[in-house]
Amino acid sequence: MLKKNKIHLMFGDEEPLMKTVHQLRQAGIRIKDAFTPFPVHGLDAAIGIPRTRIAIASFLFGISGTSLATLMMWYMMIYDWPIDIGGKPNWAYYYNLPAFIPITFESTVFCAAHLMVLTYLLSSWLLPGVSPKNPDTRTTDDKFMLYLELTDEQTKQAEEIARKNGVEEINHKGELYIEPKY
Amino acid sequence: MHAESEIRTPLILGNKTYKQITDDIIAPIEGKTSKWWYFLFTVAVLTALWGIASFTYTIGEGIGTWGSNNSVDWAWDITNFVWWIGIGHAGTLISAVLLLFRQKWRMAISRAAEAMTIFAVINAGLYVSLHTGRPWVDYWLFPLPNQFGSLWPNFNSPLLWDVFAVTTYMTVSIVFWYIGLIPDFATIRDRMVHKGWKKFYSILSFGWGGRVKHWQRFEEVSLVLAGLSTPLVFSVHSIVSFDFATSILPGWHTTIFPPYFVSGAVFSGFAMVLTLMLVIRKAYKLEQYLTIKHIEYMNILIIVTGSIVGVAYLTELFMAWYSGVEFEQYAFLNRATGPMAWSYWAMMTCNVISPQLFWIKKIRTSFLATFILSIVVNIGMWFERFVIIVPTLCRTFLPSSWATYTPSFVDVGMFIGTLGFFGVLFLLFSRYFPVIAIAETKTILKTSGENFKKLAAEHKHQNVEQH
Repeated sequence: MLKKNKIHLMFGDEEPLMKTVHQLRQAGIRIKDAFTPFPVHGLDAAIGIPRTRIAIASFLFGISGTSLATLMMWYMMIYDWPIDIGGKPNWAYYYNLPAFIPITFESTVFCAAHLMVLTYLLSSWLLPGVSPKNPDTRTTDDKFMLYLELTDEQTKQAEEIARKNGVEEINHKGELYIEPKY
Repeated sequence: MHAESEIRTPLILGNKTYKQITDDIIAPIEGKTSKWWYFLFTVAVLTALWGIASFTYTIGEGIGTWGSNNSVDWAWDITNFVWWIGIGHAGTLISAVLLLFRQKWRMAISRAAEAMTIFAVINAGLYVSLHTGRPWVDYWLFPLPNQFGSLWPNFNSPLLWDVFAVTTYMTVSIVFWYIGLIPDFATIRDRMVHKGWKKFYSILSFGWGGRVKHWQRFEEVSLVLAGLSTPLVFSVHSIVSFDFATSILPGWHTTIFPPYFVSGAVFSGFAMVLTLMLVIRKAYKLEQYLTIKHIEYMNILIIVTGSIVGVAYLTELFMAWYSGVEFEQYAFLNRATGPMAWSYWAMMTCNVISPQLFWIKKIRTSFLATFILSIVVNIGMWFERFVIIVPTLCRTFLPSSWATYTPSFVDVGMFIGTLGFFGVLFLLFSRYFPVIAIAETKTILKTSGENFKKLAAEHKHQNVEQH
């Protein structure tokens, strides 16, 4: 059984936080999570979090919206009930294409924006009634927190690095036992 | 961290820390409600009730209660629809376009401007849904399978494009606004002592915790939404202008309409943002976050968009003359010298001449002058829509169908009512929601805060002396 200590490192500013993150990573210590009051520039890369792919998802949602609108307008205006307006009947989609551009565009934006936001909320599990994800309430105000799960040996090393960079608090939050995998 | 020259004017004044920013912006939410708020809220509710009465009367009796007639079949309804939706455009412009251009001064105004957008678009929506005459069958506007055979809405019609554009615009604006609000609600939630309010903000905050992965997604989502909203905002008012431009009426059938409407919308929207922010700034003591520099930046945008609008007016006149089409020429002659010439000259004075005063630095950097001029621009832009619609419809091709127009008390009641309704929503927003984006403002403190700028300047000075 592997024993790990749960540690909260609390900082009062983003600069010591960033320094600590860089040095911990150099020492080969993995950072479980970080909680900050605002998006700290470059923190995600420093911790080693891969870039989010949500923009790609949004693009895919967008082209789905384009296709959906095209299909809908083709079915309604060309296939199901072609209307003859002023001697200009809807015989083929491409004849009327200019008139269909605005709604195709709106549908693209509608699907790209809303489905991306839905993906964001669900993948981050941000929904009404969900209990707060930050373990310390001060991290939404002016404190920056690193959450680590470390072995006893790593704990010493990490505390040393954090102190050197001016950590404000080091809080031990109990232990965690991991079953070894065979 | 971006470096910023220390000679740039700071955007956050005073000796601020992160904690101070939280305290200052949340203070109006945590503090006691002021008497002024209750007073304004009562006035707003009463006027909104007047509006509700007028709306109800319209639904019960039909749009015959309006001043519109057979010739002037669009009047105050569409004037006010375009006016409200135009006002909305500034919010999206500030939060989306200025985000893409990385303008830091947007932080102080973006939240309130977006709220203004949403409330304005709601009012615009009220007008369009009522002007159909039978609002209870407004769902016919959407492509729903039906028992008429199935008969679909006409996708060649600019009026239907408008339905899609306004719906998309409203929902995307709400989502964009709310995504930004979530972290700030979490900040309020974590400070609230009162149990009920804590629960309230806890539900609104969606369980936000500021995890690094979530911030990463948050920034990407904001950027993509800004990228999507920028063409969206241009498309919406272009499509609104198509309602006119694709018709065959002289004075409406012009290709200049889309850019002219979009710049007019931004122009009027910025004026409304200024009117509201100057009040909020004083009422909630946010002078250090909403500085004279912010006001000046907005006034410069007013000069730019106001001048575009002015050039558009003159281009219209020139093209009417140059086209050689008598009907087109008469449409403009009628606007400028006809029975409703007063509205044309009110528009010209308010929209073309008054914003040019902002070239003078003293006026541009005066709160009082800005406040007065912002209201003048709001009035001017209302007249612009009125001039486009009413005098044009009063005198179309056939002199036998010429008519005149006077608004009925229901028209007036609805307009005043929407102003009241807007007031109710905006007052509630400013009382219970953070009016300045807290988390975003913290990101610019180190580069644009006055104390940090001084520190940087001193540091640089020392370095120079050493070398």
